[in-house]
Amino acid sequence: MTGPDAGAPDRAVADRLAEVVRDEHGRVLSVLIRELRDFDLAEDALADAVAEALPAWTRDGIPDRPGGWLLTVARRRGIDRMRRADAARRAVAKLDLPGVEPAAEDVIVVEPESAVVDERLRLMFTCCHPALSVEAQIALTLRTIAGLTAGEIARAFLVSEAAMERRLGRARAKIRDANIPYRIPPDHQLPDRLGAVLHVIELVFNEGYLPAIGDALVHDALCEEAIRLARVLLELVPDEAEAMGLLALLEVQHARRRTRVDATGALVTLEHQDRARWDHAAIAAGATTVETALRRGTPGRYQLQAAIAALHGTAATWGDTDWPQIAALYGELLRLRPTPVVALNRAVAVAMAQGPEAGLALLAELDDALAGYHLLHATRGELSLRAGRAADAVAAFDRALESVTNETERAHLVRRRAEAANA
Amino acid sequence: MQYMLLIYSEPSPADAPPPSAEEMQAWFDYTDAMKDADVFVAGDPLHGIETATTVRVRDGQAVSTDGPFAETKEVLGGYYIVDTEDIDGALHWAERCPGAQWGSIEVRPMMAMAELAP
Repeated sequence: MTGPDAGAPDRAVADRLAEVVRDEHGRVLSVLIRELRDFDLAEDALADAVAEALPAWTRDGIPDRPGGWLLTVARRRGIDRMRRADAARRAVAKLDLPGVEPAAEDVIVVEPESAVVDERLRLMFTCCHPALSVEAQIALTLRTIAGLTAGEIARAFLVSEAAMERRLGRARAKIRDANIPYRIPPDHQLPDRLGAVLHVIELVFNEGYLPAIGDALVHDALCEEAIRLARVLLELVPDEAEAMGLLALLEVQHARRRTRVDATGALVTLEHQDRARWDHAAIAAGATTVETALRRGTPGRYQLQAAIAALHGTAATWGDTDWPQIAALYGELLRLRPTPVVALNRAVAVAMAQGPEAGLALLAELDDALAGYHLLHATRGELSLRAGRAADAVAAFDRALESVTNETERAHLVRRRAEAANA
Repeated sequence: MQYMLLIYSEPSPADAPPPSAEEMQAWFDYTDAMKDADVFVAGDPLHGIETATTVRVRDGQAVSTDGPFAETKEVLGGYYIVDTEDIDGALHWAERCPGAQWGSIEVRPMMAMAELAP
């Protein structure tokens, strides 16, 4: 304890507490879950400790190891709660069920703090277990690892707090009733299960990265949460090249967030973004991370996507971009993930490297798979325009407008269609 | 912990040929593998949905009707009960179930009646 801090104003203590909760929530909760063997109880106990922290820290000063303080207090409160529940059971037993022996006092071995290992990885695998729906995986990961409240998660995903509480409650009940294990998966399952964790982090980021839907601050916070989760994961599995790839990808994407929409909220495509306003330090960090990852010789989708993003991020201008290299990386990505959307991106890169006609030829192969996808038509519009076929461009932008849902993107397409019509 | 694997598939048409010898062997092998791994508790196939009788008691009157309670696209064709450490064990066996190749396997944790009784 730092005793002399006793007179610290509430505000400073509250800020520090919020910071500690963000940094330590996952670590403390995962230890509690393992010790108390009950998700709900662990969460309640940690909530008790957080509630006690503000008055206690204001009175006694901020402890030297605030995470350890929370763990110790939460552990005690968890045990108190178990005792109370046990006493309640016995009281009920006395009233209604004479003859039932009172249960023996629960014995909990409280480990010395030095023996506490990092349990967050187990918790991540539990939260991202394939027996849970992806929505539940995302919600649980944000709640337990990232320490967001149900209300914060609800706002980010545009659902009511009550609905989010129910989603979390159902997920915890399933973990308990279906006995979803709390452990690191065996080797033969590890690639799949790690992929699920990476995917959840990616989805959290994507939710935040959608342009201009809802509150921009909430969205930035979600992106930052995803990056934090990716860092924690990489800390826990430092040898996983794909975990490196994901972190690099998110860092580089996030570095460009300020330039994705203009002052009026309109979408700005990569070509027209103000590169001076990109966070070049973050891009450089991401580029270094992905280079390190790729040197391991086990390329995966996140590493490839990160490498592509880093090439964009380090190019001085749109025209200066290493398009042949990007086209090659997309080719490699397409081999790993033969999806029409990846094929679409490759077509754009090929068009930049070899000219619009080469790109348009590749787009023609995607008509069936992506008929209802506005970006296929928008891309055809752009390439047709560059190939000097304005009428084709107008028709393509019209098709794109039929299926676009995001208002920012719609405004962009309307503008491009008008420009094509005047070309 | 015990889990029930409920094996669902689309009902085979009345004139469908009986399961081939290989298909039956796959089921026998699967059941043997469960027994070898010491997870098998119970398991049998069910006769077809056309043999089902549904019973309801309303106002003290038992009413039996021919057929299943509700029309469903996939019908329950059989079940296993396995005893595994956690859901991962049950999911592992569900994946290996021959019926998973064409139908679907619903994995449900079982409550132990003995633990529910006062």
